[in-house]
Amino acid sequence: MSTVASQVEAPAGVSLPIYMDNHATSPLDPRVLEAMLPYFTVKFGNAASRNHSFGWEAEQAVETAREQIARLIGATAKEIIFTSGATESNNLAIKGIAEMYRERGNHIITQVTEHKAVLDTCKRLEKHGYRVTYLPVKADGLIDLDDLKRAIDDKTILVSIMAANNEIGVLQPIAEIGKLCHEKGVIFHTDAVQAVGKVPVNVIADNIDVLSLSGHKIYGPKGVGALYVRRRNPRVQIAAQIDGGGHERGMRSGTLNVPGIVGLGKACEIAQQEMATEAAFLTGLRDRLKAKLESELDYVHVNGSMEHRLPGNLNMSFVYVEGESLLMGINDVAVSSGSACTSATLEPSYVLKALGLGDDVAHSSIRFGLGRFNTQAEVDYVAAKVIDIVKHLRQLSPLYEMVLEGIDLTKIQWAAH
Amino acid sequence: MAYSDKVIDHYNNPRNVGQLDKSSTEVGTGLVGAPECGDVMRLQIRVNPETQVIEEAKFKTFGCGSAIASSSLATEWIKGRTVDDAMAIKNTDIVKELSLPPVKIHCSVLAEDAIRAAIGDWKKKNGAAETAQATTVAVAH
Repeated sequence: MSTVASQVEAPAGVSLPIYMDNHATSPLDPRVLEAMLPYFTVKFGNAASRNHSFGWEAEQAVETAREQIARLIGATAKEIIFTSGATESNNLAIKGIAEMYRERGNHIITQVTEHKAVLDTCKRLEKHGYRVTYLPVKADGLIDLDDLKRAIDDKTILVSIMAANNEIGVLQPIAEIGKLCHEKGVIFHTDAVQAVGKVPVNVIADNIDVLSLSGHKIYGPKGVGALYVRRRNPRVQIAAQIDGGGHERGMRSGTLNVPGIVGLGKACEIAQQEMATEAAFLTGLRDRLKAKLESELDYVHVNGSMEHRLPGNLNMSFVYVEGESLLMGINDVAVSSGSACTSATLEPSYVLKALGLGDDVAHSSIRFGLGRFNTQAEVDYVAAKVIDIVKHLRQLSPLYEMVLEGIDLTKIQWAAH
Repeated sequence: MAYSDKVIDHYNNPRNVGQLDKSSTEVGTGLVGAPECGDVMRLQIRVNPETQVIEEAKFKTFGCGSAIASSSLATEWIKGRTVDDAMAIKNTDIVKELSLPPVKIHCSVLAEDAIRAAIGDWKKKNGAAETAQATTVAVAH
């Protein structure tokens, strides 16, 4: 029995390391960089300078970006507020609405697999007298609309449910959620960071009132994001969380990050033009990767709904193999794991646990995040490499051996440490 | 995380992977950790009944690279030692040899536990047999 780790070589044309972690961040599209560059050096004006051409030039660029972003999500330019990124957008949306509508009620509804930018913001509000309902998710990662319906009461002011999950890529039924919220007169905020530019999101059709998005998930720059705030039917108001010069219609003070905003705008424009072809391309790559892995390996498990899922996401557990050891074996491929060993908190992924998966399955998970610049040759190499390493590690795995011998692992008294 | 060369070496070329006959009286088996915690080690020893020397050691580990390396190293170290000698191996020796960072110290603790559990199992098998012959009275209560 050979127990030597992988000797799989990358074919010609595949350069290492391979980036397959596009939910964490994405490379800047060269077209975006080109659009941004003049705004660092030549067109460096402050968009708030009203009395010279440097300011006007910068303001014009910002307004163009506002249009580009608005167009991608079916909004109008005046409804776009620039921020430093989606964490700020989520904070501003949730805290700003909670503060503004405090007279009307103190109840907020969200769900357990939200990003920490939403969950921890809600937790803070709980310390200030707000009541928060955290809806569970089903085994496929989606919320149950009946749970949401039941959770809304006369004190509910806000529902915040993400459009697409950052770990398992599942798409929540935002159109149905939006419809329900509008029927009940409750504001609907969605963290759409992973969804915008990847799948169609339309604030009118989906009845979205407030939406967070970010530049660096869509091949734009880091450090810039936006918040859509609906101006009519209904008009949503948000209490500013940063005080200062009253920029962004008073909702977000601070000198605008003009190059970043230009980049975000350009990224949105490209996404709108290329979304359909890119989604088809990424779905093809994703399904190819999945098929290869499933054909060569037993005990693999896809986490979350395959039907309601981002095109570029594949989250799989390679049961009886620990995630960090798998990452170590494929160290020329950048992916993520839900394993405790790879997280700062040494806890396995709360998202995977929320699906009802055992910690052991969470420890075995890998998130593949395919993006615009991945190729079929890369997918083939990654598949071969993962297969090779999983087989190697399973030769070392006492659990895999026991399962093949027909031992029920749940019947063993493990000495937890 | 950056792994030390020694961890990478054990990960790529783990020593003494495999299984010994659990039912043999010469074999002691230690199974420590839990799947929920992300690491399970099984370490087995075959002890010469005359000399009490560990003549063979095998392991299988579900866990991170450091856990694999710790258990692989443990099998290397205990082979050829007497049972009493093997009991003297400390997790800190493993930490030092593999240059494990603080977050990976529990991997070395688990490896030490695995050695002790395997020896304990072997002692129980053999010690228990001796006790049964020697003190039939003790069994009564």
